[in-house]
Amino acid sequence: MRRVVPLALSGVVAAQAGAAELTVSVEIPRLNVAEYHRPYVALWLERKDAGAVGTLAVWYDLKLKDREGEKWLKDLRQWWRRIGRDLALPVDGVTAATRAPGTHKLVFAADRAPLAGLAPGSYELVIEAAREVGGRELLRIPFDWPAAAPSTAAASGEHELGAVSLTVQP
Amino acid sequence: MSRMLNRAALALAIFVLPLSAQAHRAWFLPSATVLSGNDPWLTVDAAISNDLFYFEHMPMRLGDLVVTAPDGSTVAPQNASTGRYRSTFDVQLTQQGTYKVASVSSGLNARYRLGTESKRWRGSAAELPTAIPAGATDVEVSESVRRIETFATLGKPTLRATEPTGVGLEFVPVTHPNDLYAGEEAKFRLLLDGKPAAGLEVEVVPGGIRYRDRLNELKLVTDADGGFAVTWPAPGMYWLSASVRDEAGTIANARRSLTWVATLEVLRP
Repeated sequence: MRRVVPLALSGVVAAQAGAAELTVSVEIPRLNVAEYHRPYVALWLERKDAGAVGTLAVWYDLKLKDREGEKWLKDLRQWWRRIGRDLALPVDGVTAATRAPGTHKLVFAADRAPLAGLAPGSYELVIEAAREVGGRELLRIPFDWPAAAPSTAAASGEHELGAVSLTVQP
Repeated sequence: MSRMLNRAALALAIFVLPLSAQAHRAWFLPSATVLSGNDPWLTVDAAISNDLFYFEHMPMRLGDLVVTAPDGSTVAPQNASTGRYRSTFDVQLTQQGTYKVASVSSGLNARYRLGTESKRWRGSAAELPTAIPAGATDVEVSESVRRIETFATLGKPTLRATEPTGVGLEFVPVTHPNDLYAGEEAKFRLLLDGKPAAGLEVEVVPGGIRYRDRLNELKLVTDADGGFAVTWPAPGMYWLSASVRDEAGTIANARRSLTWVATLEVLRP
């Protein structure tokens, strides 16, 4: 996973290299609340009818002493049930610090886990956000892997997540 | 006039007492059932009440409390206290996996006649041989065995702590008791002395009774394998209970009454 600031450039690089990849854009809304904490967010892939296949990213509070941040990972209820409780944390390249309100773009290359070795089929990108003293929201975006042609799909959250989009590059 | 009142009061008492004795429910209420992290703690309330899950009647006594860790060992509860309406205690979760919190108690009741007098006795199996005088007649002994449980899991659910002992009325998960979600079906089994407890009625009552007019209980019956299935109508805490009477206990010529109770949490998917 790498964070890509210039999206256009990323597209160019991908096209040149001819490498399949997933690009996810996640908006964390700015909320006008008395006590704000950045949400915990998990992004993972599920195969239709076959459950979770792998985590793309988990953002949680890594700075607390004694790994206290892990205590709240169970609030990412679906991710915890599907994948989280089976993982030894932290996971290199997957777990990362929480992010500020704004739009975050993430690119996942096809030759790295969990996309490497992903069987062709119908999948869903699942995004779950849970905020301390706030709410929880989960969005799903279906996609086919590998893509026959570049495709983009989007979903929109109502309270804990803003606009989310997924671009699949063949 | 006063005589009539007394009679009315007596009739009322006879009518009301058995009902209220049945209506009381014993339960544990865990602070959480699905936990993550390095060193979380579980806090559990324990009470006997009418409505679920409100402490409004009596505390559950903690003398028969057994907390089983994921590796099968017994861990000591901490900070235990018993107040007017509830008991409470903490469990430090030092192992990954499923913990079982249980109160397993058994006791004997005896009724007998000594000459013209009716006598009653309560005690343990060890005390029974010396409890009833030699000249007693019409001796009736009954044994009551009660198992009250709840479960909590740190990390990945495990099954070691939920293995049955083969004694009494016991709950055996098919679906893990800390992997329950509204709208999904969960399957469990009940065993009586290690064998399928077939044909038992299982009552499933959602918590939050104070804020609704109907109990909304589900009544299920165990199949030939002791199995029963619950499709959870909504997230929340649920109280499950079943009981059975037989004469298969360890006390000769004694009737045995067994009760199983569990508190299970159902999450929103």
